[in-house]
Formats: sequence, C-alpha cells, structure tokens
Amino acid sequence: MGISVEGANKSFGDFQALNDVSIEVPDGSLTALLGPSGSGKSTLLRAIAGLETLDGGRVMIDDEDVSKKPTQKREVGFVFQHYAAFKHMTVYENVGFGLKIRKWDKAKISDRVHELLRLVQLDGLAGRYPSQLSGGQRQRMALARALAVEPQVLLLDEPFGALDAKVRKDLRTWLRRLHDEMHVTTIFVTHDQEEAMDVAGQLVVMNEGRVEQSGTADELYENPANEFVMSFVGEVNKLGDDFVRPHDMEVVLDADDRTQEGMVQRIVTLGFEVRVELVLSDGTEVWAQLTRAELQRLELREGQIAYLRPVQAKSFNGSSPSDSPGASTPLGSKDGGDAGLPAAV
Amino acid sequence: MSSASARSHVGSGAVSRWSLRILGLGFLALLLAAPLVIIFFETFKDGVQPPLDAITSPNGIHALKLSLLMVVIAVPLNTVFGVVCAVLLVRHKWKANALIDSVINLPFALSPVVIGLALYLLYSTNGGWFGPTLAEAGLEVLFSVPGMVLASIFVSLPFVVRETVPVLQEIGTEQEQAASTLGANAWQTFWRVTLPAIRWGVAYGVVLTTARVLGEFGAVTIVSGSISGKTETLPLFVSKEFERFSEPGAYGASLVLALLALTTLLAMNLLKRKEDA
Repeated sequence: MGISVEGANKSFGDFQALNDVSIEVPDGSLTALLGPSGSGKSTLLRAIAGLETLDGGRVMIDDEDVSKKPTQKREVGFVFQHYAAFKHMTVYENVGFGLKIRKWDKAKISDRVHELLRLVQLDGLAGRYPSQLSGGQRQRMALARALAVEPQVLLLDEPFGALDAKVRKDLRTWLRRLHDEMHVTTIFVTHDQEEAMDVAGQLVVMNEGRVEQSGTADELYENPANEFVMSFVGEVNKLGDDFVRPHDMEVVLDADDRTQEGMVQRIVTLGFEVRVELVLSDGTEVWAQLTRAELQRLELREGQIAYLRPVQAKSFNGSSPSDSPGASTPLGSKDGGDAGLPAAV
Repeated sequence: MSSASARSHVGSGAVSRWSLRILGLGFLALLLAAPLVIIFFETFKDGVQPPLDAITSPNGIHALKLSLLMVVIAVPLNTVFGVVCAVLLVRHKWKANALIDSVINLPFALSPVVIGLALYLLYSTNGGWFGPTLAEAGLEVLFSVPGMVLASIFVSLPFVVRETVPVLQEIGTEQEQAASTLGANAWQTFWRVTLPAIRWGVAYGVVLTTARVLGEFGAVTIVSGSISGKTETLPLFVSKEFERFSEPGAYGASLVLALLALTTLLAMNLLKRKEDA
C-alpha cells in the first residue's frame, strides 16, 4: 500500500510544523523521515496516522484519500518512541488488544498473539507486565502489538530513540530483517542519519517543516541538493564556498597549487579511523578522516604544518562557477586521488 | 578525630530526628487521637446499653439509613461527574478551562453554611428561583431528601475531579493514541485504557467523597430543617442529641460516624498500598 502526502500544512500557534510538504512512499518500501528536532518529521508521521489533523493538504493511503478518516479506521500500525505500553495489561493482553477490539474469538487471538511473540522473540514473557520488561523488550512488544492487526502501513516514531546504543543497533538490524519478511510499507522517523541509512531504502530529509530532498542513501550522500542535506547526511568541512567531506580531504606534506596550509591541532585515533584536526591560516577549523596506515605513513605530529588537498568538493553558491546547485566538482581525477597518497611514501 | 566528629554528627541527627517525631506524634495525639479516645470512653461510661438504645431508637436508625442513602446517591453521581469533568479539563483544551477549574474548587472554598443558604434561596417555595415551579410539579426540594442530596453533592463535588486530574496528566495521551491506532473508538479507549490507568486516583476520590458526604453538617442542616425521623442525617442526629443533653445518644452516634470514617480512611490506605505495589 503506497502512501502519498500532498501539500501538507500544519501550524501549532505561530510555529509552522509542516510547510507544503509532499512525499511519495512506494508500496512495500522502508522509508526514513530524517531531520533535526522541530523539522516536522514526527508531525508528518502523526498526520499520516491521523493523530494530527492537517490544516491543509491530504494524505492518501493506497490511492484513497484518508484525510477525513479517524485514526481507528486508517488501519495503520504505530510505534511510539516511549512505547506507549498499556501498563495495566500483560504482554499478552497488550499484543492482543487490537484483535480483541476487532472481536476475534479467544482461540484465534491466542494463536495470533503467540505467533507474534515468537516473531519478536518474547515467547516466554506473555504473562509479564510492561514494567517488568527492559526498554528493548517493551519496544518489541509495541511492535508486535502494532503488527498483530495486520496494518496496511507501519509507522514508527523514533522507535529506538529511548534505547541505549547497543540495543539500538540490534533492533534496527532486526527491523530491517523483519521488513524483508513482511513487506509492509513502513515509514520510520529518526534524527540519526546513520540509523536512517542503515535501515531505510528510501530517505526523506526534512528541515524547518519542509522536505529538503528525498532519495536513496547513496543519492543523498553523493548528490545532496543543498548545504543542509550535505551536512545532515554526513560530516562536512567548509572551505570558503566549498563543502568537503572529511574523507575527501587528503593530507600531504608537500605544497602544490591545489593545497592549503594548515597546522595539525589534534590527532584522535578512533579504531581504524583517525581524525586529524587542523587550523588553516585564516583560522578555519577543519578535519580530515585518515586511516591508521595513512597516518603512520605521514608521521603526523600535533603542532606540525601539513597541506590539505580536497579530492572532491561541492558548492551550493549560485554565483559559483558551476551554475547548478549541488554540482559536484572533482578537484582531482580518480588517478590523481590515488596518486596523491604515495607522495608521502 | 574525624570519626569522632562524624559520630557526634550522627548523634545529633538522631536527637533531632527523635524530637521531630515526638513533636509530630504529640501533635497528632493531642489534636486528633485524644478527642476520639474521649468519645469512646464517654460513650461506654455507663455500659453498652444506653448508647446502643439511643442508636437503635427509630430516629437513630433513620438517621443512619438517611446518611447511607446520601452516600449511595451522591457518591456515584459525583464519581461520574468528576471523571467526565477531569477528562474534559485535561484532554480538551478550552479557553474556559481555567474558569471551570476554579469554579469546581468553590465547594472547598465556601463555608458549607453558605452553600446551604444558597440552595435555600434557590429552592425556597417562597420566592426561590426554582422552588415555586418545582413545587407546582409536585417536587419538594427543601426540607426533604432531594435538597439534602443536592447539598451533599455540592459540598463533595471537587474530590473525584481533584484526585483524577493529576493522574490523567501523568499518564499522558500516548496510551490512548496507541489504542486508537489499534482500532479502538473513543468509548472503547476510555473503558479499556484510560479508566484502568486512572482507577486508583478515582478510587481515592471516591473514598474522600464518601467521607465528606457522611460527615456533612452545615449545608444539610439548612436545607433539611433537621426534622427528627424525617430529614435528620447522623451528624444532625448527634447535634440534636447533644443539645438535648442526651449524652449516650450523642456519643454513641458520634462513635458510629467515627467508625464509618475510619473504615473509609482504612479503605483509602489499603488502596494506596495496592497502588504503590
């Protein structure tokens, strides 16, 4: 069931949460709404579920305008950041809630609930209360509860936001796999670009109530439409009008016409990756992402002078030589990029 | 040296803790426990028979029944009203909310006598706003049960609202929204999700309402006329027996009232313990 939102507007008092937002979510896809807090992503998701009424625009699920339909008739599964577990019900009763509302008979409910509890790996915990579960278990219970009624679409509002890093990572892998099995059209909201790229096939980047860009993770990373998307989907350095990813910054020891001089301020080793922070002569602070091997080859020390060569940069300034915004300017050919490295060997 | 000073510190902590305890318990003993104990001893100073006779007299029995009738009518009505009102106050943001909120507190702020007087003016058959019309329809409000019920409802109205509002605010709306995404309509959501979540707050309010209705004196005195064997509740019975210097009746009925109050308070504590568990 594809979902589309057309020209959605929503204000809370003076604050415009959604400003003429349109998105297309293909049938069976797993789409992430990505953006900082206050960008309108949660409001958009809640509007799709009918938990917020739009001031203007419409929501279509499977080519049907559901804008006037109340939440309980939209057949959406919704998972909340803070689980929204029914605290006075057991895990079993929580998962079976929607089925009981639909007046299924007890034996059928029991079969379905146990099937779902197996799916979310909570089989042994049917009789527990939510207060006796860990955060991750509660969220899996909430997911089972949403899936029990076989919703047309599954909506997840920052589902892993309240969990610690390890559980978060496990759950998102697991969600990805679950989606591969169930093929239910899924939208999930997150402010974490890594999580969005890891889980979702399709991303919609939002900012200040507008859609900045949508596409696959690769498209957004390689061809960001603007400065906001570029800096939101990955790390970025600003060199004048140019934006350069830290891994597109080459550090060399000899100057040439394309390099800029900088002083190494700090070297941080993060496992395989090394973060080299430099200050340019005009005071700009930038950093380059190197491998351990590269660092060892260069023998960089804090306080030393080194030269930076952007391998690939982007400019979103209309007055820049490249007319089209978001144009990618390869500053070194592929060969040149590779050739740049042995310079220090 | 340091351990010695630490010990003396602990010692002074214990001293101040004990003096606080004695102060608190002494206050309670003097102001709350002593009067109740005295009632108990005074009631039975000439044996069990005199107070028992007074309480089981037709007027005594009638007063007890009437008091319980007030509870049976006023408490359910105020419970339903209180829950509905709390839901409206918390879940539906109206501009008039602040006004409604303070109006609901009126019975707390007003002296019950004033409430009784206001009801009297409203329902008096002699020039009251509603009195003559209702009298023509054959409904006597003043000096009969309907007026007393109105007075009881009025004075005990805020308890369920006040106890329910904070619980509703605390549980938030997410559980209710989750229920609606699972297909529950507003009614199903209320019965299956909201009400179970606020049940201890409501129960607490019900207990307080019951205690208040049982003990109500001021407002009921005025609207009932305190006619023995007809419109006399237990507190009115106590007052009248006391005025007649019929001590066994006054103390005996007081003891019954105290026991009823104690039972409701005990019920409240049991509920609270269950809630905490």
